Amino acid sequence: MAEYKGILVCGELADGKLAAITTELLGCGRKLADDLKENLSCLLASAAIGGASKEAIAFGADKVYAVEHPALKDYQADSHMQVVGKLVKDISPRLILMGQTSMGRDLAPRLAFTLGTTVTTDCLDLRIDPGTKLLMQTRPVYGGNAQAIFTSESLPQVVTVRTKAMSPLERDASRKGEVIPTKIDIDMSKVRTKILDTVKEEAVGIKLEDAPVIVSGGRGLGGPQPFQTVLKELADLLHGAVGASRPPADNGWVPEGLHIGLTGKIVAPDIYFAVAISGASQHTAGCSGSKHIIAINKDPEANIFREAEFGVVGKYEEVIPALTKKLKELLAG
Amino acid sequence: MPVNMIVCCKQVPDPEAPPAVFKVVNNKMTLPPEVKPVIGQYEEFALEAALKIKDAVGGKITALSVGNNFVRDVIKKALAVGADELILLEDKAFEDGDSWSTAHALAAAIKKIGTYNIIFCGRQSSDWDAGQVGLGIAEILGIPAVTLARKVEVSDGKAKVDRVIPDGCQVIEVALPAVIVVTSGLGALRYATLKGIMAAAKKQPIVWKPADIGLDPSQIGAAGRHSKLEKLFQPVKESKCEMIEGDTAAEAGAKLAVRLREAKLL
Repeated sequence: MAEYKGILVCGELADGKLAAITTELLGCGRKLADDLKENLSCLLASAAIGGASKEAIAFGADKVYAVEHPALKDYQADSHMQVVGKLVKDISPRLILMGQTSMGRDLAPRLAFTLGTTVTTDCLDLRIDPGTKLLMQTRPVYGGNAQAIFTSESLPQVVTVRTKAMSPLERDASRKGEVIPTKIDIDMSKVRTKILDTVKEEAVGIKLEDAPVIVSGGRGLGGPQPFQTVLKELADLLHGAVGASRPPADNGWVPEGLHIGLTGKIVAPDIYFAVAISGASQHTAGCSGSKHIIAINKDPEANIFREAEFGVVGKYEEVIPALTKKLKELLAG
Repeated sequence: MPVNMIVCCKQVPDPEAPPAVFKVVNNKMTLPPEVKPVIGQYEEFALEAALKIKDAVGGKITALSVGNNFVRDVIKKALAVGADELILLEDKAFEDGDSWSTAHALAAAIKKIGTYNIIFCGRQSSDWDAGQVGLGIAEILGIPAVTLARKVEVSDGKAKVDRVIPDGCQVIEVALPAVIVVTSGLGALRYATLKGIMAAAKKQPIVWKPADIGLDPSQIGAAGRHSKLEKLFQPVKESKCEMIEGDTAAEAGAKLAVRLREAKLL
């Protein structure tokens, strides 16, 4: 039986650079690797990798396997699986970390089932139990209404980690590590899907994930219009972005890309305005990392007030325009 | 060409119940009786995806579920909205499975059903939220899978799927048979018609035991798990919300602005 050793982070690139989630995985992986006194490797698989390999070392990797292949330009399960599968076979890591991202949530379960092992998705915390040496994997369940800690004895273990749940290490360009350009053949006859088209739907303006302020609306807004008027005016004033809970996205009031929550985007702005949002756990799972949450809701019993630092009970149609007007005065003065 | 579809559904406690009623007692989620079971929200979308294809090109829909003590009125909703057949893998041995044992039970049942073009699943169950079973079924059956689908069209033995990505969607073509894992965005599950409800009332689900799908009780449910639940808990949250009040809602809004400025948040 192969000996499983070391930790492998399956990295991702965003706009040609090392993705933020990958730096977070490296931060978490570094700590676990040090606890185990083992190595931390990072796989980067893309059409062109460039300086991202060195970045992965600066963020904590001991070894970076850089696999460049034209078929890896966009994520496709059947091509990426061949690369990850081959590398895992070659280096036998005990733990494979991926982001709970569009790629990770698609790739991790496939890999685990193929390897006959387990995957724990969407983890918020990972630590080695000092007694049993098992990996304790904490993740939200029941739509965020509880958390569960899972362990497994089957190796290798596959885990996906929620974005922004872990902290990256301080970038250190002087860290030593090894970049290993790796050639892996991809059998294109085994790629059973074809990307016909990619449609961009990002709302104009600041990206939700990067916005320092988010003004988010819920079911209580009743339709698409308030997102474009009342909420947008406040967001524009504060150089922020407009977001939404799940019902407005499900109802088509806003594009799916604005959906914040367990099954949408995970955000952590400085300030998060929750407007007419009841505060279902599945929503707060996506915004609880915000520094300051401010809730406006006509229902004083709304769960969102349990999450918020400041709250106003009242109709959003009256509260928000008055808030925006006063803030405008204060910020001008 | 009519399409044979299997839709995997799970009976779960209503996820829309208020957060305060979710209570963990002795490592188990315990809900008051007023929280009724429902078909999981993403499986409802999966059903709707199948019904849309049946509307467009015709076909047969088999709803499939694994568990124990199904509430017939709840799970038969699949029939009431338009599924043709309902198969329940129902036995004590199927209880408390994880993604691994659940996917293996469903895949074994799908092999027994035999004829299928598309297997629809929801992106994640509304209780354990793991999001693995659809992909697990695809790997076990050795067929392709497309996840996070919000639109599915079928023609010439292929499916064209809009797959949600962070800043838009990819249009993906996949040859059938395939697993398609559905997210939100294709519209809520249609209401059952009176005719549908009457038909569903008369129709009995087919119930299969572990032996019917060729599995040993050691491979399914709690016994077939690969992962162990060490602890289920609810992090304690201290509410520390400062409520800003005013004579009118507008006044409270203005006061909030002043308070946020004072607190140097803005």
